[in-house]
Amino acid sequence: MTTSLAWIDYLIMLIYLAFVLGIGVALKRFMKTSEDFFLSGRSIPAWVAGLAFISANLGAQEVIGMAASGAKYGIATSHFYWVGAIPAMVFVGLFMMPFYYGSRAHSVPEYLRLRFDEKTRGLNAITFAVMTVFSSGISMYAMAKLIMLLHLFDAPVLAMGLSRDWIFHAAIILSAVIVLGYVYLGGLTSAIYNEVLQFFLIVAGFLPLVLLGLKNVGGWSGLKATLDGMGKTQFTHTWVGMGQASTNPLGVEWFGLVMGLGFVLSFGYWCTDFLVVQRAMAADSMTSARRTPLIAALPKMFFPFLVILPGLLAIAVPTPAAPVAEASKPGATEAPALQGLIPAKVDYYTGELELDKDGKPVPDYDMAIPRMLLHYFPTGILGLGLTALLASFMSGMAGNVTAFNTVWTYDIYKAYVHPGASDNHYLWMGRFATLFGTVISIGAAYLASRFNNIMDALQLVFGFVNAPLFATFLLGMFWKRASGHGAFWGLLSGTGAAAIFHGLNLPAGSAAGIKGGWITNLFGAGPLYAFPTDMAQNFWMAIAAWVTCFVVTIAVSLFTQPRPDKELVGLVYALTDKPQEGHLTWYQRPLALGLVVLAMTAALNFLFY
Amino acid sequence: MNLDIRLPIGLLFAILGGLLIVYGLWTQFSDPNMYDRSLGLNINLWWGLVMSLFGTFMTWLGRKGATEKPQQAH
Repeated sequence: MTTSLAWIDYLIMLIYLAFVLGIGVALKRFMKTSEDFFLSGRSIPAWVAGLAFISANLGAQEVIGMAASGAKYGIATSHFYWVGAIPAMVFVGLFMMPFYYGSRAHSVPEYLRLRFDEKTRGLNAITFAVMTVFSSGISMYAMAKLIMLLHLFDAPVLAMGLSRDWIFHAAIILSAVIVLGYVYLGGLTSAIYNEVLQFFLIVAGFLPLVLLGLKNVGGWSGLKATLDGMGKTQFTHTWVGMGQASTNPLGVEWFGLVMGLGFVLSFGYWCTDFLVVQRAMAADSMTSARRTPLIAALPKMFFPFLVILPGLLAIAVPTPAAPVAEASKPGATEAPALQGLIPAKVDYYTGELELDKDGKPVPDYDMAIPRMLLHYFPTGILGLGLTALLASFMSGMAGNVTAFNTVWTYDIYKAYVHPGASDNHYLWMGRFATLFGTVISIGAAYLASRFNNIMDALQLVFGFVNAPLFATFLLGMFWKRASGHGAFWGLLSGTGAAAIFHGLNLPAGSAAGIKGGWITNLFGAGPLYAFPTDMAQNFWMAIAAWVTCFVVTIAVSLFTQPRPDKELVGLVYALTDKPQEGHLTWYQRPLALGLVVLAMTAALNFLFY
Repeated sequence: MNLDIRLPIGLLFAILGGLLIVYGLWTQFSDPNMYDRSLGLNINLWWGLVMSLFGTFMTWLGRKGATEKPQQAH
């Protein structure tokens, strides 16, 4: 019972690629002004913008990573959705979108310029631009590595007489060229349309996997019984044991979870990251823009069943991992299964097991979804499952690329390099930025393949930058006294606080360095505090950064000149007219929609407590 | 934008669904053992049916939207 790809699997992938590029070609003739290219001419219906809103975030890293966390921590991983993302999405739709959309800003940094000043915008634009190109490079690298580890393309590549490195090259170049192609042609509209297409494909690819897995273990109750039998009772509960850090698999107590993950990290991401906010800004009206994140929240709250559940199923599958595709390929070694379908980490080239410091093999949780695909899917639908993986990767990458070309063109090039040029020039620049943004991403992917630690370090730095940002926006939108100097120094000190916090503390069992504790290590001392898990440390670091930014922004603002009220109309809550929605039926009103979303999320938390 | 996204989505799902149905029917006779891994269920055939139904529905919505649009104010 071995699987290797058949003609039908390749055919499914090819048809998908043809559609993705076809959408770009079909949209090219509508790209006449820079606003068409960067903001879809503000013409996207709410449901399309909403699906793109979550799809842009649903990169391969999210799909692979959430299943990996599911296998490692259990259903508690859903906190990322039911405590984190959903409340934040309701907040951005109800309270923040009126300022983003109403100010007619083209980007999040541009809003910062309108509300605060030029230097706050510059700081945000530059860090954000760097972050997006590197993020897309990192996800490209992750995808290419995954394709290599699956050994699915070994046969055709080896048959051509090429070395296995070519799988990596081909995966990166091919996917980059396709994403570049459709964004270059159709701009944000093309990215958004493809994200909606990719959203449906991701669901179509992973849903049958979950259904087969559930059928195999005997439904939710069967899964629960199996995990209980393995001594993993907590894996099917989200809230049991959250009273204390030591009694739950996440290693964090409820306060750190709700404040760190829920309030700081999730609100920070969903409310201020231009990658997602851009989708709502492209909506066709203020009401649509406000509805975008709320519509997005409806499918989003069920994502745990699509991306986290496969991780739980992967460890609970009754039969041990059957020899899958890997074993059937000449020269490729198959990693032994450690736990259900989860294999041990192996070195791709030597086939040797990676061992931890006790000499035991390390489980490779990232393989949860790929292994599930190979375990349950025969050829045919296997092609669909792999296409879904490919689609998730491309939608995540296109999100980064479109956010980058907009911020580069509007907030860096037009603001500092070449102001006052014709609209045609900026449209051209947008296309050109798409090209060189992709090229830098490819460079970043190769950098990641050579120096894995550099990428870990970069992602860490991104965390420092992102954590305090939500404090700046919250004060900017709801406190008219907050000044430009306050915002700028608040952001910088928040980032600094995150770095210092990271340098002083360390997750238990880790060595000082990339994981933290590097400041205390300089003085030859141990960390100030040892967190039970990396996750707990991250949540508390975010809290420290947020509080610092919040306090410093208020303090500096009180000693500096605020902007006059008349300049802040439409940018601050107290000085902006409330959107008129009296003519809409109740279910069309953002507030009603938001309450429905929150009630459903509360019910999910309760059902899986 | 003059392209209704429901049309390409509907078409893609109809084509992929149809492909899976044909492949599922064919393998049902030529190689039924390949469905051991999907718990004896001909997943190609059944999921192909689901996808093509969804694809047809989306195409119908997209075409309906395309004919109704010219009459609408926005």
